[in-house]
Amino acid sequence: MSQAGGELVRALGAIVGPRWVRTRLAERRAYEADGLPTHHSVPRVVVLPGSRDEVAAILALLARGRIPWVARGAGTGLSGGALADPETVLIPLTRLNRILAVDGESRRARIEPGVVNAKLGEAVAPLGLQYCPDPSSQAACTVGGNVAENAGGPHCLKYGVTTNHVTALDVILADGSLARLGSPHGDQWGPDLVGLFVGSEGMFGVAVEITVRLEPLPATIRTLLADFSSVRSASEAVGAIIAAGVVPAALEMMDQGTILAVEASIYAAGYPTDAAAVLLVELDGASEAVEIDDRTVTAILRSAGAREIRSASSPAERARLWQGRKKAFGAMGRVAPDLVVQDAVVPRTSLPQVLEEIGAIGARHQLTVCNVFHAGDGNLHPNICFDGRDRALAERVERASREIMEACVGAGGSITGEHGVGSDKREYMPLIFDAPTLETMCAVRRAFDPTERANPGKVIPTHYCREWRETRAR
Amino acid sequence: MSDAIAERLRQVAGRVEHDEGGIPRALPNDGAEAAAVLGLAHAEGWRARVEGAGTWCPTDAPADLALATTNLTRIKQLAPGDLVATVEAGLAMTDLDRALAPHGVEVALDPPGAPERTLGSVLATATAGPRRQAVGPTRDHVLGLAVATGDGRAVRAGGTVVKNVAGYDLAKLAVGSFGAFGVITEASLRLRTRPARRLSMLVTGGFDPLFDAGRSLAGLAIDFGAIELASPGLTGGPDWTLAIQLAGTDELVASMAERVRAATPALSWLEARDDAARQLADALAQGALDGPVTLRLGALADAIPELLHQLGEVVPEGRLSAGLGRGGVRWTGEAQARAIGELRQRAAALEVPITLERAPWPVRRAAGHFGAYREGVGRLTAKLRDVFDPSRVLLVPLEAGDG
Repeated sequence: MSQAGGELVRALGAIVGPRWVRTRLAERRAYEADGLPTHHSVPRVVVLPGSRDEVAAILALLARGRIPWVARGAGTGLSGGALADPETVLIPLTRLNRILAVDGESRRARIEPGVVNAKLGEAVAPLGLQYCPDPSSQAACTVGGNVAENAGGPHCLKYGVTTNHVTALDVILADGSLARLGSPHGDQWGPDLVGLFVGSEGMFGVAVEITVRLEPLPATIRTLLADFSSVRSASEAVGAIIAAGVVPAALEMMDQGTILAVEASIYAAGYPTDAAAVLLVELDGASEAVEIDDRTVTAILRSAGAREIRSASSPAERARLWQGRKKAFGAMGRVAPDLVVQDAVVPRTSLPQVLEEIGAIGARHQLTVCNVFHAGDGNLHPNICFDGRDRALAERVERASREIMEACVGAGGSITGEHGVGSDKREYMPLIFDAPTLETMCAVRRAFDPTERANPGKVIPTHYCREWRETRAR
Repeated sequence: MSDAIAERLRQVAGRVEHDEGGIPRALPNDGAEAAAVLGLAHAEGWRARVEGAGTWCPTDAPADLALATTNLTRIKQLAPGDLVATVEAGLAMTDLDRALAPHGVEVALDPPGAPERTLGSVLATATAGPRRQAVGPTRDHVLGLAVATGDGRAVRAGGTVVKNVAGYDLAKLAVGSFGAFGVITEASLRLRTRPARRLSMLVTGGFDPLFDAGRSLAGLAIDFGAIELASPGLTGGPDWTLAIQLAGTDELVASMAERVRAATPALSWLEARDDAARQLADALAQGALDGPVTLRLGALADAIPELLHQLGEVVPEGRLSAGLGRGGVRWTGEAQARAIGELRQRAAALEVPITLERAPWPVRRAAGHFGAYREGVGRLTAKLRDVFDPSRVLLVPLEAGDG
């Protein structure tokens, strides 16, 4: 209690009501981690606002006290981005969970940031519409968190990631002031500040209202499962499908390690356990378009060496095939106490070579790396199961993770495709950005938050920000 | 003075010439040289304007020097298998398309203007054509950028892969900000496979029936390449024209065309043979140049009739095109800054931002590319300009009175 500061707690309680301020260690511990198992930090105090006005009042209060803070959605992020240290106030936005308006004609929804991704989908489905970004955690993650991370998901191959679906944002800045960015159409009142804000990992402010674009539910969906006797032939099929001009709604790959974990779990989907890799291909759209794409894709899969191609014959079978994919991370949780879910992107044509390199890195460090990923856009998720209590093992995992990142960057890729940088990948940023660019990012952040109190210490290694300030001071 | 500036510029840029007005024009050979030119201008307190092919916005800003992207025309990487190309910003859109065609790929941008328009101009102004219905706004085609900032730093945003959330998305800031933050010197672009067949279908008639038909078509489960309504002023005909584009395999296109006809039995569609389709595309592209001022109105499709009503009360009919799927209106004609200001106020009440895409300098300066800012936008924009161009080297009137 004393650590939180009695005066601060009282002032926060005056804004949100005392029951929405969490000060006990046991309560605060509930927020000590997000979906990344390797990072823990207990916040100074947790405050749960119930309205956008309360968010503004909290941020104004914290600005007066120059107190750092972190906004948080459901805490499902995988980069340690929603962690607050003992000096920092944590602001979960889960109470701001109202869908404010849905305009079926114009295909727009206006929502609060704490709306759960899947709940938005459920709410608009009766209108024949969908919200496309579908992270694997969509049953729990919030759209506000998706905005902060520019989240993706399997169906982003065809429909785009979060930034392609957000047209307007009401944002509370770190000084407590309001900025209204974008418009229902998506054009801007000035430069593209919505585009800049999405993916800023909670370091520019808090989005308290989000306008998203909805898409019609597809008339036809076809889900194919193809299994291969080698990872290389599966990844070559991926390249061939993309090069043929087919844009599947989703094109996912799972290797044998993943298949075995899924099939041994309650999420068993009927994947062939003797396959080196399976591809899950989903085609959607008008029925004639799906029919034509199906013929093209099936021919490519066959010529790439698919042993069997199965087409889901019912919605239930489709759901089962997808459940295996979406719960693959959960299934791996059975294998060992800890799981590192990596996230990197490579050019699609380098998938075969990079996957072999990742296998070699795992072997070198005596680790099992399982791959389950968005193959269609080259977004890899190499996963390493381990027991974090074994320090030596944990260090090997860390070294292997860095080598995997270096291999992906060496192939012309990026250190993250959808999970964000957060705390986890901050030190990898210099692998892909030079000093002037990193310093510019620091300065851009300061345009939104001059005292750097919003989600402090994430994304950019701190010395770049220091150097920028020193350069400007000279 | 201009000779002295030219002499100094020669020390950092590959080539320097003088324009017709005697202003020194630097023609850097790469991004580093472009950054050096701006760095020198920043140090000396000079003001610079950026020039591409000079076919879209007039190159008339009263600057101390011009920076032309004329020599930045290399295709630095073309990976058709990955559907990615990295291209310098001075390359003409038509040359880019010609280079990509043999590989069966394209950049799915169809901006208005002349074919010689440069990629840099298209990205800096974020002007998109009818295909935005299917492929989204200009920003969605950009994977990464190299930008020379107003104070002479070479900054890289994004990357060369199709999915990437590393760091802040600085590319979004550069696309569509008219060069206020820096000069785009290079872009990595998302490519698409060229469809086997592309079919344009046209129908002419009154605004109301065509608007209604277009909106109901947009609600069908058909992946339209474009659904655009063009005014008589734009096409040169007596009536409005509703144009749709369908793309895919022969079989798919034929099937979609059949569904369009079945859904609109009262309309007499013409299947534009290549010449007619090209004529219409040219009218849409060139019509945007047929008048000194072009405005982009960010309206949802359902708001278009009311918006056109407001437009008609403030400016002459001009040349209009409207997207009936994702919305968006482009207007070209005669307008002074005062009228643009009034229109912005009226449109703001409909939640529609208006962007000044092109105009002579006095109108640009007096009206600003943007206006009717919402809360906080002006303050954030000014702070961001301080980051990229603290001494305002880049002569870009983002808002009324700038420059």
